[in-house]
Amino acid sequence: MSSQNLTLVQAVRDGLKCELEHDDDVVVFGEDVGKNGGVFRATQGLYDEFGEDRVFDTPLAESGIVGTAIGMAAYGMKPVPEIQFSGFMYPAFDQIVSHAARLRTRSRGRFTVPMTLRAPYGGGIRAPEHHSESKEAIYTHEAGLKVVVPSTPYETKGLLAAAIRDPDPVVFLEPKLIYRAFREDVPEEPYTVELGEANVRREGTDVSVFTWGAMTRPTLEAADNLEGEIDVEVVDLRTLSPMDWDAITDSFKKTGRAVVVHEAPKTGGLGAEIAATIGEEALLYQEAPVKRVTGFDTPFPLYALEDYYMPEAARIEDGIRETVEY
Amino acid sequence: MSVLERDPHDQVRVLDDDGRVVDGATVPDLSESALVEMYRSMKLARHFDKRAVSLQRQGRMGTYPPLSGQEGAQIASAMALAEQDWIVPSYREHGAAYVRGLTLDQTLRYWMGDERGNQLEELNILPVAVPIASQVPHATGLGMAANYRGADDVTLCYFGDGATSEGDFHEGLNFAGVFDTPTVFFCNNNQWAISVPRERQTRSETIAQKAVAYGMEGVQVDGMDPLAVYQVTQEAVEKARDPEEGERRPTLIEAVQYRFGAHTTADDPSVYRDEEEVERWKAKDPIPRLEAFLRERGTLDDDRVAEITDEVETEVAEAIETAEGFERPSPESIFENVYAEMPKRLEEQQAYLRRLRETHDDEELLE
Repeated sequence: MSSQNLTLVQAVRDGLKCELEHDDDVVVFGEDVGKNGGVFRATQGLYDEFGEDRVFDTPLAESGIVGTAIGMAAYGMKPVPEIQFSGFMYPAFDQIVSHAARLRTRSRGRFTVPMTLRAPYGGGIRAPEHHSESKEAIYTHEAGLKVVVPSTPYETKGLLAAAIRDPDPVVFLEPKLIYRAFREDVPEEPYTVELGEANVRREGTDVSVFTWGAMTRPTLEAADNLEGEIDVEVVDLRTLSPMDWDAITDSFKKTGRAVVVHEAPKTGGLGAEIAATIGEEALLYQEAPVKRVTGFDTPFPLYALEDYYMPEAARIEDGIRETVEY
Repeated sequence: MSVLERDPHDQVRVLDDDGRVVDGATVPDLSESALVEMYRSMKLARHFDKRAVSLQRQGRMGTYPPLSGQEGAQIASAMALAEQDWIVPSYREHGAAYVRGLTLDQTLRYWMGDERGNQLEELNILPVAVPIASQVPHATGLGMAANYRGADDVTLCYFGDGATSEGDFHEGLNFAGVFDTPTVFFCNNNQWAISVPRERQTRSETIAQKAVAYGMEGVQVDGMDPLAVYQVTQEAVEKARDPEEGERRPTLIEAVQYRFGAHTTADDPSVYRDEEEVERWKAKDPIPRLEAFLRERGTLDDDRVAEITDEVETEVAEAIETAEGFERPSPESIFENVYAEMPKRLEEQQAYLRRLRETHDDEELLE
């Protein structure tokens, strides 16, 4: 197998390219995804390669983008719409929750929505207002949706392919902070990384840290900094819905201590769901309270202060140490 | 000249209020049997509606949205479609869905709270859409997919006058204009969005004129004149399917009509509109109009009308019996069809519900 050294955003592009080649029913569309190749270049060159029937610009209207994608999906196609930033998904929220998530149930399986809704998400890139939020919990709360957040180029390509081939709607949130943070060898050939499976990124015995997306990097950094002092296991959840509960409880039963790291606000965040599940399923293994290292319960600040908002290695290290020393 | 090319203020009519052909109008080319079927289906929809409201009043069915007064618009527009064409309804188009093959018991089943009523195997009808105008972009998306596949099917999308105030109406029609989709947008302008009158929805003189802004043709039709509705819909469908050089595929039809009854059985229209207004519109009732036209032609007589009346009463009674005879869906079916493959957590919750039912009997849980 030949491979290429790609950034995460290049892996998105490569994943889209492979799926456009793999299945004629795949179409990619949204704002500026055509000639312009996407504001982050996630669709660069695809318009030239596949033509405007397969890769096209739409009017600037998020509900229209998702709503027409649902119609195309009901017809039997595999639409891959892009919302330019996840902060602009709200106009499409009714379409996502009232229709995309429910059409299979409502038609008792006659109509389905095999749509992959891509959006760059998360903070840390000095972006303007409304460009930095992490709202994954909203979508994981919706029955009928799947939610995926990749964290490495290799997995990005494989998870994106799995999402596009999945028979159900997938909200695919791309951590734009690490779009170009590092490169990794990515096979040129198409492949999938199965949805619904977490990945243990670092094995350890003292404490389990559950995280995803851009937060995996500072979490791994914190784990490395604690090397020799605390043996940290880092579990990258990758698919947030359906969550890999077995991976979470298996890791927790081994360590008895857990930290959840997410950029999203603390209250009502997925950390709460993970902590509650650990309580329900593994209470007798528990040595310390489940620690949540998260964003604050405030609107995401403008960028002068965003570094104070987002968890980084020092904050994560503190959280891990407190949990182990409890 | 196609009726679609008329000024959006110039309402298309074939029949006057008494069922006589108006000067200069062309009666659409429909066989005698198609005309009788149109009449029969309208009578059926009216009778079904009466029985459905009564079922709700007797506690045998949940909230139901009546359609009386709107039969002409629904039946005649749906009759203009070909077998493979799509219907994208709101929640009041039981008559249109019936024309396309959806059985009345299926419709009743949905309104009796059984999701299987929305299970439309083989029929190209999307499930009813309750959030207003949210179905409009779906219709456009079906058309984009048909264009992509090079298929020649057409989508007929229904919504009300209130829906035209929603963003999804704008986005759906705007996309349809931009992507030139084979879509017929059919506005059942029944004058009232629950209690809010048409004048409060838009300052536009007509809804049809909004088409101009999307680069498509807009036409206003007397929605209580089934022959006019058939004519404009049929022309719009044909244009969508096979446009002439330079013609745009999508069309916006505004069918001006009136809902004789309440918005739903949970609504009391006497709070917001007076009986005189209702009586004025009843003078345009589509059923006697079409009946008068067909009697005048000699297609119908007293005997045939009586026969049809009996037929539809029997058909509706049988549908009610069938619908009420369905067993309650299995409680475990709540978990089916959420995803193609049931996630583990749903399996656990399904098993929990099963255990719950074993521990407590159903009577206790249904209290």
